[in-house]
Amino acid sequence: MSGLDRRAVVAELLHEPADCPGGPLLVVTGLGSTTYDAGAAGDRPENFYLWGAMGGAAMIGLGVALAQPERRVLVLTGDGEALMGMGALSTVAARAPNNLSMVVMDNGQFGETGHQASHTSLGTDLAAVAAACGWKTTMTVTTMADIATLRQRLRHEVIFAVVKISTAEVPRFLPPRDAAALSVRFRAALGIPAD
Amino acid sequence: MTAPPWQDGVYAALKTAGVKQIAYVPDAGHSRLIELAHADNDMHVVVCTTEEEGVALAAGAHLGGQRACLLMQSSGVGNTINMIGLPTTMRAGFLTLITMRGEWGEFNGWQVPMGQATETVLTAMGVHVKRADSKEDVVDMVAASAYLAFNSAIPVAVLFSQRLIGAKVFVKPEGE
Repeated sequence: MSGLDRRAVVAELLHEPADCPGGPLLVVTGLGSTTYDAGAAGDRPENFYLWGAMGGAAMIGLGVALAQPERRVLVLTGDGEALMGMGALSTVAARAPNNLSMVVMDNGQFGETGHQASHTSLGTDLAAVAAACGWKTTMTVTTMADIATLRQRLRHEVIFAVVKISTAEVPRFLPPRDAAALSVRFRAALGIPAD
Repeated sequence: MTAPPWQDGVYAALKTAGVKQIAYVPDAGHSRLIELAHADNDMHVVVCTTEEEGVALAAGAHLGGQRACLLMQSSGVGNTINMIGLPTTMRAGFLTLITMRGEWGEFNGWQVPMGQATETVLTAMGVHVKRADSKEDVVDMVAASAYLAFNSAIPVAVLFSQRLIGAKVFVKPEGE
């Protein structure tokens, strides 16, 4: 089966999250497997996991990035979630924050709901879409060696990357899902006083 | 000297409430607020391709410690239905200002179904709905709604009635 191991990819991308300008990397994941991947890589307060709000990951990331211009933000999502919020690729590029990168874990299918083929295996190239929307640096990554490079780059540059991953199922890992609790700890990690 | 438009008072109320991010899908009824936002160096302004993006942006702003407001028209409310549950799930304050179509003197019947359903849909999703019918009320209503939203951590919508903003004129009446 072709494609990278998703857990190995995310473990590498999120390795040493404190090794990042301005403070530990802030991560917003998309509904579905990227939430499990990020949790499996190590639950931390600077992770905000979507368990719903499909299509919203990129825009949530933009809201964080605008509010925290000194910090680096990574939106880590899947092809299905990115497709649902495809307009946001245009909106984020139009606003052009200098502290937000996005990684789409692309297995070409809706893995959570029965492995139906997604649009990325039916002709849509999300890296090309992002480039057409105005993202200056886009790439498609297919090797672990390039993932190691991507880990460094997305903490210093504005990158839109599609990572081609295997369709193989991995053990489900369930990070916390209380959105209010996740919000409180995320804000606390940023030093925002509780209301 | 003519009095400044009531929209200037609304913008001042947003500033007083500490709003730092404004998302919008354009509407003629919001054009003054949008101009004021773009002219304000202390405001992050985000034009969205669809209204649900603005709801998600506001959630991110909350995570990052800022307050946001979404400007949209009533037809856009239908585009937000799933996403507008997000502030409730996160227990985050959320404010949206909505210009109404499909009610007072509407010319375009395509705006009517969503305009008639706007308040029902918002209420069904747990959003607290206030309605401004006159320019005498609207500034206080926005100020109080922002205070409610951000201090009680709930989603609040203020509807600007079509009578307040004026129905869109497509054709001049005969005789003019």
